[in-house]
Amino acid sequence: MNFGDNISQAFTSLRANKMRALLTMLGIIIGIAAVIAIMTVGSSMQNSISDQMQSLGVNNITVYIQQKDDGWGRGGPGMMGAFPGQQQGPGEDDLITNEMLTALREEYPDEIQAYSLSVDVGSGSTTAGSKYAYISIMGANSEYMTANNIDITRGRFVNDQDSDGRRKVAVVSDKLVSSMFGEEDPIGKTIMAVTDSHVGTYTIVGVYQTESSDFGPTTTSDADTQTEMYIPLGTAQKIMGTDGYQMFTIMSATSVNATTFSEQVQSALGKYYSRNEEYEVSTFSMESMVETVTSMLSQVTLAISAIAAIALLVGGIGVMNIMLVSITERTREIGVRKALGATNGEIRAQFIVEAIVICFIGGIIGIILGIILGMIGVQVINSMSSGEGGDMSYGTSVSVNAILLATGFSMAIGLFFGYYPANKAAKLDPIDALRFE
Amino acid sequence: MANIIELHGIIKRYFIGKPNELQVLNGLDIEVPEGEFVSIIGESGSGKSTLMNIIGMLDRPTEGTYSLGGIDTLVQPDVVLSRLRGQKVGFVFQTFNLIGRMNAQKNVEMPMLYNHVPAKERAERAAHLLEIVEMADRAKHQPNELSGGQKQRVAIARAMANDPDVILADEPTGALDSATGRLVMDIFHDLHERYGKTIVLITHNPELAEETQRIITLKDGDIVGVRAGAGHGGRQNAAPTEALS
Ligand SMILES: Nc1ncnc2c1ncn2[C@@H]1O[C@H](COP(=O)(O)OP(=O)(O)OP(=O)(O)O)[C@@H](O)[C@H]1O
Ligand SMILES: [Mg+2]
Repeated sequence: MNFGDNISQAFTSLRANKMRALLTMLGIIIGIAAVIAIMTVGSSMQNSISDQMQSLGVNNITVYIQQKDDGWGRGGPGMMGAFPGQQQGPGEDDLITNEMLTALREEYPDEIQAYSLSVDVGSGSTTAGSKYAYISIMGANSEYMTANNIDITRGRFVNDQDSDGRRKVAVVSDKLVSSMFGEEDPIGKTIMAVTDSHVGTYTIVGVYQTESSDFGPTTTSDADTQTEMYIPLGTAQKIMGTDGYQMFTIMSATSVNATTFSEQVQSALGKYYSRNEEYEVSTFSMESMVETVTSMLSQVTLAISAIAAIALLVGGIGVMNIMLVSITERTREIGVRKALGATNGEIRAQFIVEAIVICFIGGIIGIILGIILGMIGVQVINSMSSGEGGDMSYGTSVSVNAILLATGFSMAIGLFFGYYPANKAAKLDPIDALRFE
Repeated sequence: MANIIELHGIIKRYFIGKPNELQVLNGLDIEVPEGEFVSIIGESGSGKSTLMNIIGMLDRPTEGTYSLGGIDTLVQPDVVLSRLRGQKVGFVFQTFNLIGRMNAQKNVEMPMLYNHVPAKERAERAAHLLEIVEMADRAKHQPNELSGGQKQRVAIARAMANDPDVILADEPTGALDSATGRLVMDIFHDLHERYGKTIVLITHNPELAEETQRIITLKDGDIVGVRAGAGHGGRQNAAPTEALS
């Protein structure tokens, strides 16, 4: 009895009881399908998240000051512009100064390409004649544009000359332009900006595109949307009466490992804050974010896969159970086979092969099902994220490793859970088996 | 003529060491010369099947020696016994014992499968054997599509698959009507005369036993009679009976 004979015997007996074979496979099918689906969704997300983040500039490191941990971990990476501690606010002594920036640049001349600096002036509105729009004013240097992927559609961004001259110029959003100037060319027009603490007249020198503008023509609610208005950094510093920054972004050289470098920056700037009782310096880089997200995703994938593996285990036990039932039913057949010359080893091999074949077929069906489910899952996530206005879209990537692993694993389950019943069959006494009623 | 089967002092006990210990064979000595057609008769429970299972190496005696074709079977490991069963012995059961999911052809091929006969040769030989038992036209039929007599003919073809020296038949006509039983019996005579097979037949039918060369009568685990039968219906080429030693 060779291997091929074993396989054909296995198929003969499975064909004799198709429904049972299918039900037996079900556990394996579900388990494998779950693992493959999860792995497909997981690796698809992982791939495109790192792609997307790569394009967002993994080499930017954001440095910010935050209140020392009072147990509630104030501040954090998500706080761009909206500082929770704003009521009391950091004092002038707490801010990051130009001297610190210069010293840092001298310490790391090769790593630091540029600083993107900004000062938050506050929010309010602009008026020109009877038209108005809501804004929040942000003082920014010229690198701020590159670091934040600001897309200038008309005119220019604020530059160093504007800053040095404390010029009262502004870059506004296309939304603001469309609600205040309609089709008119806004460049050179002046607007009045009003916030709680500041009133000023600005000349528009540039227009940038808001992200959601690619979602068709402006809607009515656009008039009420608050958009960013950029003014020169120096101008903003003068208004706020400050020289320092609550946060800034380092644009590091591409060769630099942003994660390690951000730690170096943190300790370099940290020494200025060692005696500050209230504030400390923190950094965060897109790269470390990518790493965090990626490792979180793979951990989640792993955890869910572990749960799916339990399903596989249950499936395997199901296979074992049915094999035991089937062996009891076929006791006479086993006796007959032994009478006809089958050795214990041949009987064992026959039933192990049968179990492996069940699990293998189940595994193949599971893989196909899992890929389909995974693709559907990716589609669902894509449609959800585009519904929220995000432009993330995940390509489906099925891992060949996962497929090979699943196939191998399902067969291993067959071997493992088939062995005990098969061995039981093999050890049957021929005469007892033949006499079995 | 050399003895193909030699049993000496065969004792079989069940429930050994228990209060209900039961001895069903009381030290039997039986020798069967090569090419003999011998029948074993005796009332129910006399130990015929027990004896047959020992001859077929499906069961081991509690005591005694058994050599088949010169091989001392009782010292052999299971693996060798399996091979000996497959190659030297062909079983015909009262209840046919065909495997239900397989057609007649596949059933006949089964012993050859375990004897490592190549697939092509298996198929050819199975077809040939089914012709001998006049079942060629039913080769592709499943057992449940066959009558009892047809099943038994397939089973005989299966017993012949590896061209064994000995055919062991435990009440092969027991589940058949007398006409069908007659047909099966004729096949055994044919195998005996044309192919020179040694046949051990257990039967409850005295007439069928009479047709064999030698009749051994068992009673409560003892041999109580050995006598010559008619051979086959007075055929001239029937071998002479040999006395039990
Ligand atoms: N596995 C067993 N365990 C205990 N006793 C057994 C076993 N097998 C057979 N026996 C006993 O051995 C005795 C002989 O049984 P056996 O089957 O050999 O009889 P038999 O002559 O073939 O009868 P029959 O003509 O009815 O088939 C019986 O008393 C039976 O109860
Ligand atoms: Mg019996």
